[in-house]
Amino acid sequence: MTAVAITETEGEYNFAYLDEQTKRMIRRAILKGIAIPGYQVPFAAREMPMPYGWGTGGVQVTAAVLGREDTLKVIDQGSDDTTNAVAIRGFFEKTAQVKTTSATKDATIIQTRHRIPEKELTEDQILVFQVPIPEPLRFLEPRETETRKMHALEEYGLMHVKLYEDIAHHGRIATTYAYPVKVADRYVMDPSPTPKFDNPKIDNMKALQLYGAGREKRIYAIPPYTKVKSLDFDDHPFEVQKFDKPCGLCGARHVYLDEVVLDDQGGRMFVCSDSDYCEERRAEGHVGDMAANPAASHLAGKSSGAAKTEAGE
Amino acid sequence: MTDFLSEEPLLRASGVTRFYGDRIGCRDVSFELWPGEVLAIVGESGSGKTTLLNCLATRLAPTAGAIEYRMRDGAMRDLFQLTEAERRFLMRTDWGFVHQNAADGLRMTVSAGANVGERLMAVGNRHYGNIRGTALDWLERVEIDGTRIDDDPRAFSGGMRQRLQIARNLVTGPRLVFMDEPTGGLDVSVQARLLDLLRGLVADLGLSVVIVTHDLAVARLLSHRMIVMRNGEVIETGLTDQVLDDPQAPYTQLLVSSILQV
Amino acid sequence: MRTRLCLNDVGKTFTMHLQGGLAIPVVAGVSFAVDAGECVVLGGPSGAGKSSILKMIYGNYRCERGQILVTEDEKIVNIATAAPRQVLALRQKTIGYVSQFLRVIPRVSAENVVAEPLIAQGTGEAAARKVARDLLARLNVPETLWTLPPATFSGGEQQRVNIARGFIAHYPLLLLDEPTASLDAANRAVVIDLVNEKKQQGVAMLGILHDLDVREVIADRVVDVSGFSARAA
Repeated sequence: MTAVAITETEGEYNFAYLDEQTKRMIRRAILKGIAIPGYQVPFAAREMPMPYGWGTGGVQVTAAVLGREDTLKVIDQGSDDTTNAVAIRGFFEKTAQVKTTSATKDATIIQTRHRIPEKELTEDQILVFQVPIPEPLRFLEPRETETRKMHALEEYGLMHVKLYEDIAHHGRIATTYAYPVKVADRYVMDPSPTPKFDNPKIDNMKALQLYGAGREKRIYAIPPYTKVKSLDFDDHPFEVQKFDKPCGLCGARHVYLDEVVLDDQGGRMFVCSDSDYCEERRAEGHVGDMAANPAASHLAGKSSGAAKTEAGE
Repeated sequence: MTDFLSEEPLLRASGVTRFYGDRIGCRDVSFELWPGEVLAIVGESGSGKTTLLNCLATRLAPTAGAIEYRMRDGAMRDLFQLTEAERRFLMRTDWGFVHQNAADGLRMTVSAGANVGERLMAVGNRHYGNIRGTALDWLERVEIDGTRIDDDPRAFSGGMRQRLQIARNLVTGPRLVFMDEPTGGLDVSVQARLLDLLRGLVADLGLSVVIVTHDLAVARLLSHRMIVMRNGEVIETGLTDQVLDDPQAPYTQLLVSSILQV
Repeated sequence: MRTRLCLNDVGKTFTMHLQGGLAIPVVAGVSFAVDAGECVVLGGPSGAGKSSILKMIYGNYRCERGQILVTEDEKIVNIATAAPRQVLALRQKTIGYVSQFLRVIPRVSAENVVAEPLIAQGTGEAAARKVARDLLARLNVPETLWTLPPATFSGGEQQRVNIARGFIAHYPLLLLDEPTASLDAANRAVVIDLVNEKKQQGVAMLGILHDLDVREVIADRVVDVSGFSARAA
């Protein structure tokens, strides 16, 4: 993560695309965000060579903290090989020539959209989130001037209005992702559209968490070992999703599963959303009850193929 | 039971003046409001009554003058010397504000129950069942059927919206409520029901109220005292029935003689 | 006997600004007193200012000259200069007003209209409503009407509801504004009884009564208002 001054060659990109002044500006915003956990720091987001909604905020944060020695992992919905993840990984391979990986344990920086890896992160890692709408109060209060004031004065009754509406209409808190949290007993924060299943991981995490919203031009952060509480009611406490089956491929329980449709006959299975975690378990010899199913074999095959490639590195 | 002889006023306005550029909003208004007292500010459109109300409720900063309020600890504080946090806390706990247009005072996209419960959640109530129970209780008090608790106010009639707005304001047991033409724009029969409801609530809860209205009948039914305004200035003040039965100022005489008799 | 009410050189003129500031003198130099347990009736022709005097004492009309002194507990209050909230306090505890016309409050039932002044003085709602029902029964208001708002009642029924409302609470000073006008003989007798009961309780009363028979029975003294005519003065 050491910032490295490089000699620019005409016609080439600066290291990690952004110029050094911009990276400094972003680092200042990040430092302020770390100093005030959960507080949304405005920053002068740049135009990036990708559309808004494709992770421009996360990419700028990653570019600002990335050093030559870093190993980058990019995931989208838990997977390393969706279009968004592949594109962003390719972007940094081209502009920063850093090592990339799909193995959580090998990465020093993980940029993510919509998931947190199942494997516990360490103090040596940074988790960078792509954030579409950073303002948790926006749901009920459209005025930015007003939401800023509400944060400043810690007026968070509105967040509970939203949860109240959930229970009134659905009998329970139906918010399943972007589930609001209170950081260090002070700021209410949107943990980006990760499933609430991942909220307990945010609490007291060993790794530094950085959140970047490109369109909305906001950065916020959660320093390592910070208390993060999911909002709830005394009589409707916060709960994570429960899956009644283990992963069909690796047999893992207590992980976040994606539903995969196998055919047009109604065949489907549930597999780990974190593809790296699933592969690692299978490499260790864990087998799910669907692993032998021919319809599922292409899933397992493709993934294990990727694993093999990495193993060869 | 209203104690008209309590020693200390709840609200004191001294020389309250508000200019909009060169134009006068209101000028040099002074009065005291005691606990349990209903004060009507009457006058025609443009008389400055709404400007005055907004200054009193700290929604608008006066150009000159002071407004003091007796906090729950008994101390008289200048409202514009309070921190914004203190002022906003006051506004959502110890005060209410009933707007003429209910949409200005309600969250139109959340349910009636959440509208009533919001202030409770804002002061830290974290028990869904209790919040809902209190909301149901208040809906009943303002004569809204409990089965409507999960409907949002867009599905409500004008009168129901106004009653919902009142419940939303009263749920934290405020001591002072500001009302801006609360019955304006409602059908006569709906108006009568609302007035009766307000009258009952004000008496039961011992509320102090500052109500702005151009309707002298509303002022007579609800208020103890009246301030008559014209061109931003106070023309006449006094007991409501005295001002209406024995108006002194030429303008008040004109106003009173202009009431349609049914 | 204790003096409850004392008027001292009271005068009033209406200024009609809408008629070029026309001044209409009403009364001048009004001076008399009413003692506890006494019923004083104001006499004199229509337009002599009887009603205006009653309204100045109750505070509906502003008293411009002189003093209107009322005994409130151990204090003496001058209504002519009292602050509005002092007048409101007097109306809650000290001065009652029985008028001919009911100002109808939408949707409030007859028994609640009657009970209200008692509740305002601190009596519990249930107890106050019981007293209200007894009074409505005495004044022959049909029981079927008690729980209905009086807006739709006949004129006589409304008047009796208002009389009940005026008599229900205890005020040391009671103002009677034609309480028996247009009542039948039976109900007139009830009002006479009510006035006599108040006298027994030491209530000072000041009334306007055109009904000579009733006046004969209840008036301890008649004060002729024509003597205070502003025009004569």
